[in-house]
Amino acid sequence: MDTSLFSQALSQEPLLQVQNMSRFYGERIGCRNVSFQLWPGEILGIVGESGSGKSTLLRCLAALDQPSEGEIQLADGGQWLDVPALPEPKRRALMRRAWGIVHQNPRDGLRMGVSAGGNIGERLMDAGERNYGEIRRVARDWLARVEIDPDRIDDLPRHFSGGMQQRLQIARVLVSEPRLVFMDEPTGGLDVSVQAKLLDLLRALVRDMGIAAVIVTHDLAVARLLTDRLMVMKDGVVIEQGLTDQVLDDPQHAYTQLLTSAVLV
Amino acid sequence: MTEAQTISGADPHYNYGYLDEQTKRMVRRALLKAVAIPGYQVPFGSREMPLARGWGTGGIQITAALIGPSDCLKVIDQGADDTTNAVSIRNFFARVTGGRTTQKTAEATIIQTRHRIPEKPLRADQILVYQVPQPEPLRKLEPSEVETRNMHAWEEYGLMQVRLYEDIARFGHVATTYAYPVMVNERYIASPTPIPKFDNPKMDMMPALQLFGAGREKRVYAIPPFTRVRSLDFEDHPFTVQSWDKPCELCGSRLSYLDEVIVDDHGARIFVCSDTDYCEERRQDGEGA
Amino acid sequence: MYVAVKGGEAAIGATHGLIAQERRGDAATPELQTRQIREQMKLAIARVMNEGSLYDEDLAALALKQSQGDSVEAAFLMRAYRTTLPRFGSSLPVDTAAMAIRRRISATFKDLPGGQVLGPTYDYTHRLFDFALEEGSAHAPPQMAQEPLAATMPRVPDILGDEGLLETEVAPAGDPAPVDITRDPAEFPADRDVRLQMLSRGDEGFLLGLAYSVQRGFGGNHPFAGEIRMGEVSVLYTPEELGFEIDIGDITLTECQMINQFTGSQEAPPQFTRGYGFAFGHSERKAMSMAIVDRALKGRDLGEGANFPAQQEEFVLYHCDMIEASGFVEHLKLPHYVDFQGELELVRKIRQEQAERKQRAAAEQAS
Repeated sequence: MDTSLFSQALSQEPLLQVQNMSRFYGERIGCRNVSFQLWPGEILGIVGESGSGKSTLLRCLAALDQPSEGEIQLADGGQWLDVPALPEPKRRALMRRAWGIVHQNPRDGLRMGVSAGGNIGERLMDAGERNYGEIRRVARDWLARVEIDPDRIDDLPRHFSGGMQQRLQIARVLVSEPRLVFMDEPTGGLDVSVQAKLLDLLRALVRDMGIAAVIVTHDLAVARLLTDRLMVMKDGVVIEQGLTDQVLDDPQHAYTQLLTSAVLV
Repeated sequence: MTEAQTISGADPHYNYGYLDEQTKRMVRRALLKAVAIPGYQVPFGSREMPLARGWGTGGIQITAALIGPSDCLKVIDQGADDTTNAVSIRNFFARVTGGRTTQKTAEATIIQTRHRIPEKPLRADQILVYQVPQPEPLRKLEPSEVETRNMHAWEEYGLMQVRLYEDIARFGHVATTYAYPVMVNERYIASPTPIPKFDNPKMDMMPALQLFGAGREKRVYAIPPFTRVRSLDFEDHPFTVQSWDKPCELCGSRLSYLDEVIVDDHGARIFVCSDTDYCEERRQDGEGA
Repeated sequence: MYVAVKGGEAAIGATHGLIAQERRGDAATPELQTRQIREQMKLAIARVMNEGSLYDEDLAALALKQSQGDSVEAAFLMRAYRTTLPRFGSSLPVDTAAMAIRRRISATFKDLPGGQVLGPTYDYTHRLFDFALEEGSAHAPPQMAQEPLAATMPRVPDILGDEGLLETEVAPAGDPAPVDITRDPAEFPADRDVRLQMLSRGDEGFLLGLAYSVQRGFGGNHPFAGEIRMGEVSVLYTPEELGFEIDIGDITLTECQMINQFTGSQEAPPQFTRGYGFAFGHSERKAMSMAIVDRALKGRDLGEGANFPAQQEEFVLYHCDMIEASGFVEHLKLPHYVDFQGELELVRKIRQEQAERKQRAAAEQAS
């Protein structure tokens, strides 16, 4: 068990507070009555089968969708921001500054017609960086950190393998040093060997930088490797949550027991 | 010529300046808003004009909304007063206002232009009206109007800078030579229309009011007098303008934008001023060949 | 010595003379009268009125004569003239249910109140040349029915009734007056009033191509021609100074209501949905195309996505106006020396820099 997590939790305020959040689509329930807190540097996993509401929840958290009910609050400079109620310009500014989203399909997160260096540099330029040499230096540095040859800085992502594209997307998101990253099945669609490497890389990066993350996955092995805490969802509702090892080794809910027994983790 | 006489020269079948007074007021209201928010594209109820869309109907509507009996109009296309479309627009206004026109930059109170800013510095009592084919500087990066309006509203301009970055990475310098994007009053990125980037520095702190009309796209925008206009660049790759090895063949100017003219079947070429009034004036003053 | 090109002024004067000569053609042939165009080129007149956004058959005939039959150029003349017309006010909405029907067909019901009325149509003519027309036509008078048509012909979607099977068209909250796209610029995302106005004056060929693409599967929803009707309707207007409505004349209209199957989505239950087409004159192809495209553009509200051209609102509405499209495409005929000069210099510079880099590399290798 990670004791540093507890000392962090004791010494700090949570970064994100979610209370009784629901999202309905007409009659249909996307997710219902979700509550949790996320601390700085903590990695929260959301697991469940497809259709369990985990992607809906992530979309609401990442402000890509509006919750129907409940609260999402983000700590920002000593105050709580009511994220869904923020005016759009403020929310977008916040998203650029404090947030990152890693999509399952790197094509959704990258500009495929822009070079690797341009992809990494965009958020720096968004934030006002106007020195070409400095942008190149940081982009090369980040390519190396995600284990892409820095000499490929001027290549287009379409000439990269799937795993490289995903690592490039991660560099593009992390370059602006966000406090909070949302990831939707970040290793989905990759070969198993590539997945493992990517997971190692992600874990190291997120730990090094002290970034908090919310990761949606249907893969319990991914959850085990990456996350500190776990929420299990079924039919739009959180049925169990706790420390990852606890949930996976000693599941309380019958459904979680079924999930964990189906996969060797 | 007195004012009464000039007005009596107008075609009696149409209202003075072609547009009815209500429409002129609508255009002027949009222009006032544009001046109040420098660089912001204001939607306006662009009318169909008797000249084709894409042939200057935005500029024509602005000029029509502003022009009065005391005005003197100059129309240029590619810097020249005698190109066919400039002639056609000038004739149109001569017909519907009966007003004075000129080819002299210094004499004009309103200058309608396509693709150039005159070489002679403009004064505070002049208005420069640009014809704009595409008012949206972000359009090539993002085809959706809904998206680009949001990008302006939220000042999400990183993508524009990415475009410049990509040029430098590929070519060693920014490969945009006309319609080079500018930041107006440190808030809105605007398109200076397809003027050559050579003319961009003239827009900065210009004493004359600059108005931009896009008829087909139904937008106007403005740069008020003495407003900061900055061409986008990088600290270590600063904005530069074109220069020529040779002077103008006719007037010898080394300071003006030059057109290339092919003079024989073997592709031999000379360079002459694009601004015909500037070139002529210099020659009359005894400069050049 | 080189002398700068001059003569724009003189050239423009001369071209006006040339175009007049071209327009007249061989002087030995009698000159076309606009009355003849109006009476004998009715379908061309309708197209010019639609795309010119102005119902005036005489002016449309003049426009066609002046433009040598070029319908885009003719519609442009109508639009430019329209700008100068004073606006007295707006008519009341025309009631197409009260149309004096000349043609009315439904492909969804074999028979219906009021019956099927074939009316004038080329649909069942064999497309064989009628060489007799070369010499002037003496046609036999058409055979008219013994009985007059039913006085009321309810519109098919109205007959489909309250089963809830057909999407109901509800006015937006408060039933505001529609935007007038000839006065105010369209804004996106566009509401239905803006969309229908833009489509109704959009180019027939462009809309036809888009409608066809929907049918072939680029946005697939299968349309049924619920009803097509053509005939005359009264235009009613209430002058402010009178305070009561007066009939200011009849106009010919074509209306098309397409019915489409819809399997339902997260937002809406399965039901039939509709697309609406409306055009001046006898313009069936236009009205049908418009109805299919209108339905395709409902995709956003029905949660169908916008993966195909006909479903993409900005793509369709920005590009269907032929006056704007032709102006902008044809403006490429205007001089672009200045921008081209910039590009020329740039390409030279990049090539030179490339050559220099290669040379340097070769020199380094040699040493």
